[in-house]
Amino acid sequence: MKLTEKELEIVEIVEKDARISLDTLAKMTALTVEEVEVILKKLEETKVIVQYATIVDWRKIDGHEGVAAMIDVKVTPKRGVGFDEVAERIYRFPEVKSVYLMSGAYDLSVVIEGRSMAEVAHFVSEKLSTLDSVISTTTHFILKKYKHDGTVFDQGDQDRRIVVAP
Amino acid sequence: MTRATKTYVSETVSRLKPSGIRRFFDLAASMEGVISLGVGEPDFVTAWSVREACILSLEQGYTSYTANAGLLALRQEISAYLSGKFGLSYRSDGEVLVTVGASQALDLALRAIVNPRDEVIVVEPSFVSYSPLVALAGGVPISVRTNGADHFKLRPQQIEEVVSSRTKALILCSPNNPTGTVLNQEDLAAIARIVEKHDLLVISDEIYAELTYDEPYTSFPAVEGMRERTILVSGFSKGFAMTGWRLGFVAAPEELLQAMLKIHQYAMMCAPTMAQYGAIEALKNGEHDVDEMRKSYRRRRNYFVQSLNDIGLHCHLPGGAFYAFPSIASTGMTSEQFAERLLLEEKVAVVPGSVFGDSGEGYVRCSYASSLEQLQEAIKRMKRFLSRI
Repeated sequence: MKLTEKELEIVEIVEKDARISLDTLAKMTALTVEEVEVILKKLEETKVIVQYATIVDWRKIDGHEGVAAMIDVKVTPKRGVGFDEVAERIYRFPEVKSVYLMSGAYDLSVVIEGRSMAEVAHFVSEKLSTLDSVISTTTHFILKKYKHDGTVFDQGDQDRRIVVAP
Repeated sequence: MTRATKTYVSETVSRLKPSGIRRFFDLAASMEGVISLGVGEPDFVTAWSVREACILSLEQGYTSYTANAGLLALRQEISAYLSGKFGLSYRSDGEVLVTVGASQALDLALRAIVNPRDEVIVVEPSFVSYSPLVALAGGVPISVRTNGADHFKLRPQQIEEVVSSRTKALILCSPNNPTGTVLNQEDLAAIARIVEKHDLLVISDEIYAELTYDEPYTSFPAVEGMRERTILVSGFSKGFAMTGWRLGFVAAPEELLQAMLKIHQYAMMCAPTMAQYGAIEALKNGEHDVDEMRKSYRRRRNYFVQSLNDIGLHCHLPGGAFYAFPSIASTGMTSEQFAERLLLEEKVAVVPGSVFGDSGEGYVRCSYASSLEQLQEAIKRMKRFLSRI
């Protein structure tokens, strides 16, 4: 679907800051609050805006550090449905955080999060590898997240500028 | 010999007034928790690709001088950039010079054209350096006062009022620091007629040319007949967020450019080599980054200027740069009193308009190149301040 310039602008702003107030959003885009509400409603209804989510640094919360892994999965596509059917079987598991169809050496890239390494290993050996269409899996555990969805973790955002300058 | 009666400092320098910004800098720097809207530079760090290109040049050992005029590869990029972006035609060999910031370019331009006691017209409110640089070049700065009610646009009549037989040049700055005012094609064409009539040169400071938000930008030398009369000064500081790199450039007809190059080769030799390598990358691949920064400034401008008006400080919507220049006339204070009390009582630093010339009195300069959170907090504090006074 084609968006107007203002609609596009609103998408770009809320993608970075979903908690921005309607009033601020209206001022930034030179629209009225009512106009912004109408645009947001439209974007939500058409699922252009799918969800307003929060990026959490779970490492900071004791007992919730968790384990995440990226799994390269080779599968046999099925006639008529291609990769979609097996992808769906995989993404229905709640521990699966994302599934992408990839070009290159493997087919699906699966990101999974669990409480422990054992939990992830269990998922791979018991749930994923046992699916009929899955030919092979290669599991890479994530050791440290530096940047996620465009956001740098632990970024010191100090302003290095001098206080007053011409 | 007593120090009181003798100074070793030249008369010209002794006569220069210290920059009015200095006092506020000292005051604001001594306080904790200040939200500064007093900063005349982007809040973005230079794009990583540019920084990376600079690092690479260092790794490869490009640490010697460049040609006086700057790396040919950079001058070629500048020439292509001026042509592609503004429809200007300057030869990379002979009409483009890479300088240490636009500030050095201004200094070179003035020293290259000013004879003792020549007059140079400075449009106020103006960037703080113009008049001192004219004086240092041996000239006499002549102020033209633009009018807040007219959004600080320079009008031909205002030039007519001050022009004399000694007038050599006019310094233009669009988009303007501190007002953010942009002169459009029509405004510039009207100025061009007066420039021609009085046979003036124009030093056009277009350092903020990348940062305009509403109308397409017109570069002064693109106005008919003006290329041969213009020294175009620009650089990487504002649009490309490269203030600390100290890299600018100047483009001018060959005779003028060569005169500037003559000074430059004796006084500076060349601009820093590593910065020049970064700038090549900025011009080659930086357009997307500049577009993103421009978008971000425009949104913050819209938010901030509307909010200023909402809390009762009348402010026109500036077409460019990253400054709002609201009127504080409703408070009955001078701009210096306003800025000082706002700083001391609410810890928000703005720059009094009087720093930029007499016609800036009654206004303050607020830079909106700060995070949205900072701007929101600043508005909150300013609102509280206004309700109390």
